[in-house]
Amino acid sequence: MTATGRRKLLSSIFVGFCAGAVVLALVPLAFVLFFVISQGIRSVTVNFFTHMPTPVGEAGGGMANSIVGTLILSGLAALMAVPIGVVSGIYMSEYAGSRFAALVRFAADTLNGVPSIVVGLFAYVVAVLPFKQFSALAGGFALGVMMIPIIARTTEELLLLVPGTMREGALALGATRARAVFSVVLPAALPGIVTGIVLALARIAGETAPLLFTAFNNRFFSTSLTQPISSLTVQVFTYATGPYEDWHRQAWAGALVLVMIVLVCSLLARLATRRLERMHARG
Amino acid sequence: MLVAIVCGIGVVLANQSMLSVQKFGLNFWRTEIWDPVAGEFGALPFIWGTLYSSVLALLIATPIALGIAVFISELCPATLRQPLVFITELLAAIPSIVYGLWGVFVLVPAVRAVETSLPDAMRQLPLFSGPPLGLGMLSAALILAIMVIPFISSISREVLKSVPAAQREGAYALGATRFEAIRAALFYARTGIIGAVMLGFGRALGETMAVTMVIGNNPKVSMSLFAPQYTMAAVIANEFAEAAGELYLSALVEIGLVLFIITLIINSLSRLLIWSMARSETAAQEPPVAAEAGA
Repeated sequence: MTATGRRKLLSSIFVGFCAGAVVLALVPLAFVLFFVISQGIRSVTVNFFTHMPTPVGEAGGGMANSIVGTLILSGLAALMAVPIGVVSGIYMSEYAGSRFAALVRFAADTLNGVPSIVVGLFAYVVAVLPFKQFSALAGGFALGVMMIPIIARTTEELLLLVPGTMREGALALGATRARAVFSVVLPAALPGIVTGIVLALARIAGETAPLLFTAFNNRFFSTSLTQPISSLTVQVFTYATGPYEDWHRQAWAGALVLVMIVLVCSLLARLATRRLERMHARG
Repeated sequence: MLVAIVCGIGVVLANQSMLSVQKFGLNFWRTEIWDPVAGEFGALPFIWGTLYSSVLALLIATPIALGIAVFISELCPATLRQPLVFITELLAAIPSIVYGLWGVFVLVPAVRAVETSLPDAMRQLPLFSGPPLGLGMLSAALILAIMVIPFISSISREVLKSVPAAQREGAYALGATRFEAIRAALFYARTGIIGAVMLGFGRALGETMAVTMVIGNNPKVSMSLFAPQYTMAAVIANEFAEAAGELYLSALVEIGLVLFIITLIINSLSRLLIWSMARSETAAQEPPVAAEAGA
């Protein structure tokens, strides 16, 4: 074979390998989705959302307490993370060149990379140990810590997308810097920021490790913030590692609900960003 | 606030692990016996399990992730690009507990079937020794690989995007084949790609739920891919809520502290690599902007 022929062959092999890699990555995704849907669909009924777990061996039953728990925990996390995250994001974009902003950005990226189990440990020491009590608040705190960097970075990126002329226009009209940010720049980026928050919520709702020893788990229906609370993820973990067939079925159903949350949120976010991009292109 | 939280995590964990640090010192990381009942705590098996599983996962994930990144950014038709990006992002968004569930009920039986069908001659090798349980290092590495692929590929894609078109055009103009042109682009982007792989490594080290569910949770150092082992994150997840006694808790927090420090170092290094890559890009392409940012 000629040298050119060999080079062309090598090139084709490489292209084939890359395409193969994509297919290889699609296989597990397809498998995971297939199993979650086919196994989960049998148990996701109306009862699943409205009923409490039944004792092993009894048919029916749901995860109402866990679903409510996940909602409460995510809500608490958002309550903590949205203000801090958005303000940090504004700071990073407004003072983009400064040393401290770079430090904040570095801290956000670092925090983003901290394993979730370590965040759980931190929340345990800060929010569980002093009160000698696992609680929904501690769980919300752990999730909030994980959520802050995601929101901060999204806010920053979206604010930087707002055309500089808008800010300059506001400043030229005599607005103070704060005024320019809050009345002009922030509203322009708001739809995107909201999308980012929704995505962050979806990610947080799927977290398990930080909740294991902060929110712990609760077999009963509880909305008390100072008591342990159940969550979909921890419940799925308990069910999946348990010995009963019934439990495994419930675990698959819980997983299906989690995947649906993620799927719907990402699709919504995708539609929203596409509309934003179109608006940008037109404007 | 963000800065305070990051520092806070370090300080709080260090403080809480003092007891175990003082009691065991460096021996904590050198001894293999983990027996909470007897009050003996040696963390070597966890370190080993964490590193071994993450390295294996990266060995599997890196070529595939790079292949995906190259395919999406260089090879595929434009109409396919957006859907593919969306799909890889979806892979990253699936909660780890769902991967774990899938791992326990689908992957582990499959791995067990493969392990049992291995010829006896191969089973003599230390790499494949031990009973074929399915639960063990191989399953953990596979599931970790699946989970880090989207991370590595999406960052590598970004990095490849920042390679100037002139690089590729130059290569083609010299008569390079597709592979040779892309190899040039990959070489150009090497710093950023190493950063991306390291970021994936950091993720793999800290991944908890899915690994906990499939690795078998047995604190034994072993080369075997079939042996059930244990990781740092998994031991915290499994034992922390039930740990009785201050020393036990403190030992677990120390494991968490070290995990925190390791991921901190790896993340910082990889961010630096990716940044330096991005900065040299802007400097090369648009000198005025870079000058402004520096001022």
